[in-house]
Amino acid sequence: MILAESVTKQYGAAAVVDEVTASIREGTMTTFIGPNGAGKSTLLSMVSRLLKRDGGSVSIDGMPMEHFHDKELAKKLAILKQSNEMNVRLSIYDLVSFGRFPYSRGRLTAEDRRVIDESIAYVELESMQNKYLDELSGGQRQRAFIAMILAQDTDYILLDEPLNNLDMRHSVQIMKVLRSLVDDLGKTVVLVVHDINFASCYSDFILAMKNGKVVKEGRTWEVIHPDHLKEIYDMDFQVQEINNQKICVYFS
Amino acid sequence: MKLRYAVLLLCALSFSSLFVGVSSLSLFDVWQMTEEQRQIFWSSRMPRLLSILMAGAGMAIAGLVMQQLTQNKFVSPTTAGTMDAARLGMLVSMLAFAGASSLVRISVAVAFAVAGTFIFMYILERVRGKDPIFIPLVGLMFGNILGSITMFFAYRYDLIQNMTAWLQGNFATIITGQYELLWFVVPIVGFTYWYADRITVVGMGESFAKNVGVSYRTVVNIGLILVAVMTSLIVLTVGMIPFLGLIIPNIVTIFRGDHMRKNLPFTAVFGAIFVLVCDLFGRTIIYPYEIPIGLTVGVIGSGLFLYLLLRRQRYGL
Amino acid sequence: MGSKWKIILLILVTLVLSTVFMTIGADGNWEYVLPRRGKMLAAFALTGGAIAYSTVVFQTITGNRILTPNIIGLDSLYLLVQTFIIFVFGSLSFVMTTANVNFVLSSFIMVGFAFLFYKLLFRGEKHQLYFLLLVGFVLGTFFSSLTTFMQVLMDPNEFQTVQNRMFASFQRVETDLLFITGTVFAILTLLGLRYRPYLDVIALGKDHAVNLGVPYDRIVKRLLILVAALISIATALVGPIMFLGLLVANVTYELMRTYEHRVLLPASMLVGMSSLLLGQLVVEHVFTFNTTLSVIINFVGGVYFLWLILKERKS
Repeated sequence: MILAESVTKQYGAAAVVDEVTASIREGTMTTFIGPNGAGKSTLLSMVSRLLKRDGGSVSIDGMPMEHFHDKELAKKLAILKQSNEMNVRLSIYDLVSFGRFPYSRGRLTAEDRRVIDESIAYVELESMQNKYLDELSGGQRQRAFIAMILAQDTDYILLDEPLNNLDMRHSVQIMKVLRSLVDDLGKTVVLVVHDINFASCYSDFILAMKNGKVVKEGRTWEVIHPDHLKEIYDMDFQVQEINNQKICVYFS
Repeated sequence: MKLRYAVLLLCALSFSSLFVGVSSLSLFDVWQMTEEQRQIFWSSRMPRLLSILMAGAGMAIAGLVMQQLTQNKFVSPTTAGTMDAARLGMLVSMLAFAGASSLVRISVAVAFAVAGTFIFMYILERVRGKDPIFIPLVGLMFGNILGSITMFFAYRYDLIQNMTAWLQGNFATIITGQYELLWFVVPIVGFTYWYADRITVVGMGESFAKNVGVSYRTVVNIGLILVAVMTSLIVLTVGMIPFLGLIIPNIVTIFRGDHMRKNLPFTAVFGAIFVLVCDLFGRTIIYPYEIPIGLTVGVIGSGLFLYLLLRRQRYGL
Repeated sequence: MGSKWKIILLILVTLVLSTVFMTIGADGNWEYVLPRRGKMLAAFALTGGAIAYSTVVFQTITGNRILTPNIIGLDSLYLLVQTFIIFVFGSLSFVMTTANVNFVLSSFIMVGFAFLFYKLLFRGEKHQLYFLLLVGFVLGTFFSSLTTFMQVLMDPNEFQTVQNRMFASFQRVETDLLFITGTVFAILTLLGLRYRPYLDVIALGKDHAVNLGVPYDRIVKRLLILVAALISIATALVGPIMFLGLLVANVTYELMRTYEHRVLLPASMLVGMSSLLLGQLVVEHVFTFNTTLSVIINFVGGVYFLWLILKERKS
């Protein structure tokens, strides 16, 4: 379990994340939702140690994050940010093999190669594993990065807006991969998503933020409710059940 | 601060500038100058003051225009290779057009400055990751490249000592007959003022400019030519004055906001005041010797630039 | 061609160039030629290697191929120190005439400056690399202003000595200095090799590196100080050559076409040494000493580099 307690981040006088306390359960998919500037990505960055906190604490499986050795933490928790501009030209295979760095420091063992092959297969990129990243489409790139994180073989996988810039087909593809990570491999997935219906259809838990605070937290089925959504987004929603999934309609 | 007070301050400083120097010439002598004093007044003191005013205002405005065009607070003729390009041009004109008239040689230097500035803009469009702090680094590197090319030829033709002299801005050697070129700065500044709104529009981006019916390319090109011509005229007559175009517009922006046409007079006046103060300082601190303006501005300017950088780091400029 | 073969080829090129340099136009004067040129060869190997190594590491850290570690004003500081000594004590003073003393003094001042610089600016969390470099560059301009000022006030004969210092010289190097720097470089390079595995990951960018368990801040700080030390000592040994590192690093990337530092680092060191050898041959036999090595390296480096950024596709 990841436990964040009164975590705070301030820029100048403004608190972007204001004493947020939240927990993430093992073996589930949790989605952070909320309007722009609510502090979702900042919270995710702090939980994944990319960003230093101005206050509060984060613990992973009962141990404070600071007590982990860098290498051990990298085997426990992986984070993928939304922009992945690279200065180096890498093939998919090269990129994914970086996921094994915490284990083998760049000298790949047979075990590493097995994991790399599996990860690439999992996102269905075997046929193009020697292609370079700059030759790929947005969806393929995103899958390649997810494969890297898979190769890292961590219990926790955090993703910041993984659907950004992807069309519908690729978005569904990515979400299905993430879902199967939870269902088949027992991983814990945390992500920031803008499309409320993706959150509703795929995640187990939802954590809704607004102005740096958590305004709603709970099972997806409970949070997706017109009253709660209005509170989060300040607009009216209709929620309809289609094929046992709650779909939000908010276009008019 | 009202513009009026700034202008008053400028007048007072200008006045005192006229009466500081090795040869005695006090305020009380004005009405009964000896022939020698009159000589000094008209052929040395006055030209010096005028060139300070024009160079200070010109460099500050050149910086302002560049910052508007690139939408980057840290771009100026010093950090965009314009000065180094002008210097390379001077060297080339000395080598290749040694016998030609001064007009030809000046045109060569100006042409190099224009070309250098355009290349910088071309590079800007191509560098990845437009971190605002990265852009001036690119420009400074570009300036160094031009500097190394200049050095190559200067070494071969044994002109390094001359080059060192150009490196350092200096008003001490300004006398009648050597600074008149700077008068061109006045119409250029006037034109810039008239053109300011278009430059502001272009600064908002290509699509914005097109949307309000302004030809993006034309305005950018004209703006860059204005900057390059102004810079090379100043480098040719007084030498390099580093950081001036960077710090003055930034300081004006801090307390006046970003409207270019309204800021332009302030920028010009403060540029002139700044150079005047540095010059007076350099003339009096080790009197009767003089510290060249390049050094005083270099030291004070880099200090102020560091302050601006740190300030931006803390508050965001 | 595999990386291994490319490296072997580079070794061959370096060997051929070294042989040509050692033997060309010797006319049987071996007793005179060999020790003299041997000394220069060693200086080429040391400075070429050190500058190449540190530039590649620096560019990996900054995630940028158009910056050089000299950018924090080390060259300007070197010239300031030299000019200051001549200005205050004269060109015939003990410090100027005794190369060892001058070397130790200059390198201590530069390494000390770099150390303080990074120490001060890495305090606090909000540091950004580019910000750091720009501050360094401005400091460099500040040093240059002071230098130019002293030069203008200087006696023309004294200025001649300063001018000599403005350009790197490999003839000037003393034999015992070569042993000292050789040892120091070896130690620093070996220290750096401890971090070699991290470099590939650091090249992916800070977020990825942290995610993959690299203690980013600590390692980057140590590497930057290491780089500054290498550059400072190389500069104190022969003088400033700003664009050598830039030239060598970029030629290496074009040649090797890989991201692996296991390959890049040794390759760049070989390219560094070969460029200096080639440059020296050109100076001696094409320009017949009518220019200096550092001027020509900076010229070629500058032009190559300009071409490199101009051909970069619009992003």
